[in-house]
Amino acid sequence: MLEKALVGSRRYYGWVAFLLVVMGVGFLCYLMQLREGLGITGMSRDVSWGLYIAQFTFLVGVAASAVMLVLPYYLHHYKTFGRITILGEFLAVAAVAMCLTFIIVDLGQPARAFNVLLYPTPNSILFWDMIVLNGYLLLNIVIGWTVLGAEKKGLAPPSWVKPFIYISIPWAISIHTVTAFIYAGLPGRGFWLTAIMAPRFLSSAFASGPALLILFCFIIRRLTKFDPGKEAIQTLAKIVTYAMIISIFFVLMELFTAFYSQIPEHTHHFLYLFVGLEGHTTLVPWWWAFMIMAVVSIYLLINPKTRNNEVWLAVACALVFISLWIEKGLGLVITGFIPNPLDKVFEYSPTWPEVFITLGVWAMGFLILTVLYKIAISIKEQREG
Amino acid sequence: MKPSRRGFLKIAGVSVLGAGVKPLVDALAGAETQKISRDPKAKVGRRWAMVVDLKKPCPEGCRDCIEACHSIHNVPSMPNPKDEVKWIWTETFPHAFPGQDHEFLDESLKRHPVIVMCNHCENPPCVRVCPTKATFKREDGIVMMDYHRCIGCRFCMAGCPFGARSLNWRDPRPFIKKTNREFPTRTRGVVEKCNFCEERLARGLMPACVEACKERVLAFGDLEDAESDVRRLLRLRTAIRRKPQLGTGPQVYYLV
Repeated sequence: MLEKALVGSRRYYGWVAFLLVVMGVGFLCYLMQLREGLGITGMSRDVSWGLYIAQFTFLVGVAASAVMLVLPYYLHHYKTFGRITILGEFLAVAAVAMCLTFIIVDLGQPARAFNVLLYPTPNSILFWDMIVLNGYLLLNIVIGWTVLGAEKKGLAPPSWVKPFIYISIPWAISIHTVTAFIYAGLPGRGFWLTAIMAPRFLSSAFASGPALLILFCFIIRRLTKFDPGKEAIQTLAKIVTYAMIISIFFVLMELFTAFYSQIPEHTHHFLYLFVGLEGHTTLVPWWWAFMIMAVVSIYLLINPKTRNNEVWLAVACALVFISLWIEKGLGLVITGFIPNPLDKVFEYSPTWPEVFITLGVWAMGFLILTVLYKIAISIKEQREG
Repeated sequence: MKPSRRGFLKIAGVSVLGAGVKPLVDALAGAETQKISRDPKAKVGRRWAMVVDLKKPCPEGCRDCIEACHSIHNVPSMPNPKDEVKWIWTETFPHAFPGQDHEFLDESLKRHPVIVMCNHCENPPCVRVCPTKATFKREDGIVMMDYHRCIGCRFCMAGCPFGARSLNWRDPRPFIKKTNREFPTRTRGVVEKCNFCEERLARGLMPACVEACKERVLAFGDLEDAESDVRRLLRLRTAIRRKPQLGTGPQVYYLV
């Protein structure tokens, strides 16, 4: 099936070439980081995780999109999703590949990454995250590839793959839960010390992932002969609507607990996001952008007129995706370090090499996604055409 | 099942064979497990702790303890504050003890520099989160780092509620003023922190910061030993610890 990724239109080659160039730039910057150390990033003693871990955290959520298609299709026999479950599974593959790469580029000593396997440490959440992420990657590759292979031959998927599909459903929940536990169990970080961290991760994941899938469906319909179907897109839109509302509801819960209790360790971080602390306001515009975009997207999604209009739906999905990228990516990770445990404010902003490495990893993810989608859609076009 | 004669003989035979083979295996598979003998002068403790006297004012601008520690341990002076590495440093009271200062706090205490370092917690969150056991707690309570195993994931830095840990964001070696050949330098990309001078304790010496402080602001000793300096001080005076509510059990005590 891989051969289908090797033939395509000029536009396809152009896009692949563009991604390769961005990856190349990122790779060169990474070589620099390997030589100089993480000192070339904006991270510091006080804000010791930055853009890389933020992307990792956000993308674990995007990987969820698969389960929002797999669950209705395989557990509730919702046939409409049958045509696009593969898109969800392959998006999960690309997203998890990005997650793992972001962890590697964040390591101070990447050559020693296998120490996590050589000295397995079950009391570390990172150990479990390694297991669930790699497991989820493997599950989705096996499931996606097997089901697509069967589809190509016009057969039903082999029965041995069914148990893997069922396992992949709770497994998807586990990747967000374990990733949330990285943050939610640290004694000195009031911003993250919240029992609803995992539910927050899950709800925002079920909004951002399917929102991205809807956008991909629109693009695929425009560029190829394969039509994911209006009903499938509308059902996904309803999932995004509910998940986005729950996600914002959870953020409001956090605000209540922090500001009604008025415990400084909890309020300071939110104050930093809303108005800044001691004159430091780097994240304030981002946070307000998140809130405005979130409110507008929820309005567009709730209102049936705009939700059923595909142009407005696309706008809403873009807003959901960008706003949650800010909230999970920038807001959640970086703000946890500001103020620091000594109640001092040191800000963070990424450096250019750091931004290029980040873009390079995104380009790598999009390349994986492009190749996998190209294969899947070529097969679907063949079957239908 | 009743043990049969035949079964007994089998087990006995295998055991004898095993016992006979062992020296051979040892010889071939390099039984060079050198016995590391302890220095007879070594200070041995069961629960090391530091006591810092907040009532003894550090002389203005005194950095003796910091200089001693950082030069002995090859701690670099990084030019960019973002890349800073530190094992022991001073904070003002409101930052060392967030939430514990108040309007009417004793003026001297308020301005007084508070010496801070790794707390060598009884229940260290950094050890709990480390994915490679590169940071670990010894039986005598010292929380240590294995610089050769650390992958630089910085989970421990997120886990430490005292900001005691530093990553080597860059190669530290060019920024070490004068390298002490007795102590290892570190490579870039690994985390480090105060080690309660375990290498000095092993040679029967007190921690460098304690030894360097002429004002005797710092005291060090074994909390399990009722006659130790630290126990005597804790008996006589009131001591507080940093963020005790987090349950990490800091082993650095501050006399007020």
